[in-house]
Amino acid sequence: MNYNVDTRGFFGSFGGAYIPEMLVPNIAELQACYREVIEEAAFQSEFQQLLRDYVGRPTPLYPARRLSEKLGYPLFLKREDLNHTGAHKINNAVGQILLAQRLGKRRIIAETGAGQHGVATATVCALMGIECVVYMGEIDMHRQAPNVQRMQMLGATVRAVTSGSRVLKDAANEAMRDWIANPEDTHYIIGSAVGPHPYPDMVMRFQSVISEEIRWQLPAQTPYTLPHSIIACVGGGSNAIGAFARFLDTPEVALIGVEAAGKGLDSGETAATIARGREGVLHGSRTLVMQTSDGQITEAHSISAGLDYPGVGPQHAHLARTGRARYVSATDEQALAAAHELARLEGIIPALETAHALAYLAQHDAGPDEPVVLCLSGRGDKDMAAYSEHHRKEMSF
Amino acid sequence: MRSNALCNRIGDLFEKAEGKVLSMFTTAGYPQLDDTLRVCKALQDAGVEMIELGFPFSDPLADGPTIQRSNERALQNGMSLSVLFEQLQGLRPAIRVPVLLMGYLNPVLQYGPERFCASCAEVGIDGLILPDLPIDEYCERYQSMFADYGLRSVFLITPQTPPERIRRLDGLATGFLYVVSVASVTGSKLAVDDSRKQYFQRIHEMKLSSPTMVGFGIHDRLSFEDSTALLRGGILGSALLQALEKSNDIESDVRAFVHAIRSDS
Repeated sequence: MNYNVDTRGFFGSFGGAYIPEMLVPNIAELQACYREVIEEAAFQSEFQQLLRDYVGRPTPLYPARRLSEKLGYPLFLKREDLNHTGAHKINNAVGQILLAQRLGKRRIIAETGAGQHGVATATVCALMGIECVVYMGEIDMHRQAPNVQRMQMLGATVRAVTSGSRVLKDAANEAMRDWIANPEDTHYIIGSAVGPHPYPDMVMRFQSVISEEIRWQLPAQTPYTLPHSIIACVGGGSNAIGAFARFLDTPEVALIGVEAAGKGLDSGETAATIARGREGVLHGSRTLVMQTSDGQITEAHSISAGLDYPGVGPQHAHLARTGRARYVSATDEQALAAAHELARLEGIIPALETAHALAYLAQHDAGPDEPVVLCLSGRGDKDMAAYSEHHRKEMSF
Repeated sequence: MRSNALCNRIGDLFEKAEGKVLSMFTTAGYPQLDDTLRVCKALQDAGVEMIELGFPFSDPLADGPTIQRSNERALQNGMSLSVLFEQLQGLRPAIRVPVLLMGYLNPVLQYGPERFCASCAEVGIDGLILPDLPIDEYCERYQSMFADYGLRSVFLITPQTPPERIRRLDGLATGFLYVVSVASVTGSKLAVDDSRKQYFQRIHEMKLSSPTMVGFGIHDRLSFEDSTALLRGGILGSALLQALEKSNDIESDVRAFVHAIRSDS
């Protein structure tokens, strides 16, 4: 079974480039050159050097002793939260800014939900001295205010998106509109493994450093050669695809994505696209989409701005359909409780997105000799308002 | 229903029209749900020669604020493809001008592409504009389906489209080529400057086999005349929707709007 992109830009029946003609030249330019550029020795050497010296890679593969004791299986946390800017998003941002430079682009645009991708993009633009405009839903700007301030301090312009549902999906629409209006000098750094081909494959390639490292760290640092399973949260799915990439063709490793169930899978307020979506087209790719019977995209709901997206990367849709990866979900409440537990047991405050993956651990089936790796995709500083509120509510009972 | 294939209003229009062809875009179910045919009739009566009827989508990523708002409003009004095809049962013979449906692919996929084409043919739709339908997929799955149901295809070209791709799209289009005048979403109001004149000149000199209709950015008489000087005609959308947004009397406001663009109508 092939789990990777084919020559036409599809993962099985998902993917492709469903874009209006105005975006065709930009996308065609990327399609024509991205693999060649990324594989160049000079590109790789600059990319690897920045990942090491600027981002701080490799990130630790940390044996979570107290949590493992409680769960009954050995748990390792892949500490993407220890990257510069506090999440895995920077891996892709560094890769794409180097690509943009080689394409001669002078301006960068990005969409952001939780603000982690916006911060990562603003950071690499500051590093390279390139103009940066970040589109962010008005609602997300409110719930992730510290990240808005970080982007501004880094010199980026943050444009509030007031159209549609005013969250991540709408920010992506506005970024696409900007790109339509600025086709020649601008590169659009998409933050997740979504969008028209080649984005899902390109983002996977830049994020695959996560699984690359797990692959050598586990045998080098532990008695185990391969993980029994890998667990990661899935919104668009960039940290998950990065954590899965090098294990796709190793069928003995179970791959598990955890979606945001919001208030519950059947509450009508959910972001669990693989569980509740149907095949459709959103943001330029054919994938699973939460939508009405008339094909209108519905609003997702999650307490986590980074998972609050009614679509999912096409490669995940393919992995779900072929059964190579299994997708489960966790609710807002379960995620909040899991974040508190990790803080108390391991001294790590995770991002709300990551907390969804943590929430699944208690149901996970693994034995005392079966090592489980969880991608700790980001740190939780940005989510302190939500955590404090939850903590206050718990205390008042 | 397949009699559509024999004589098509789009082909007839470009064959017979003497001056520049004036076409307008409006959103189905806007401003009120039941205004679809009323707006079409008002456009026809005011002298508009071809109508593009947009079916709304929640995420219109190639559209500016005006068309976004009309889409939101139409969806709030309860518009859907099923409702639209019900309304369009009354399209012919009241509306004699060519009518095309225009919209994003996802609602068509959910309705079912073949069923969509059949419904279009049944109510007398002449052509389709699906801007996010990839060309390769059109050739593989849609081209013969469109032909079977007598639906003409329209493709967009932009100032950034390379000449060889323009040639390919020209070869595929059975209705006309939609010449997007500027790198922009819909609804921008830009003057026809030298770079746009050069672009129109370049298209003109390619001597394409399809009629060329220019759109995006046309909002008044001057921009219509300047844009269409070297092309077959022009399309207005956002400017019309703005007039409808404020309208208390659709018939007279549409008449006034159209006459301001072209008073000989």
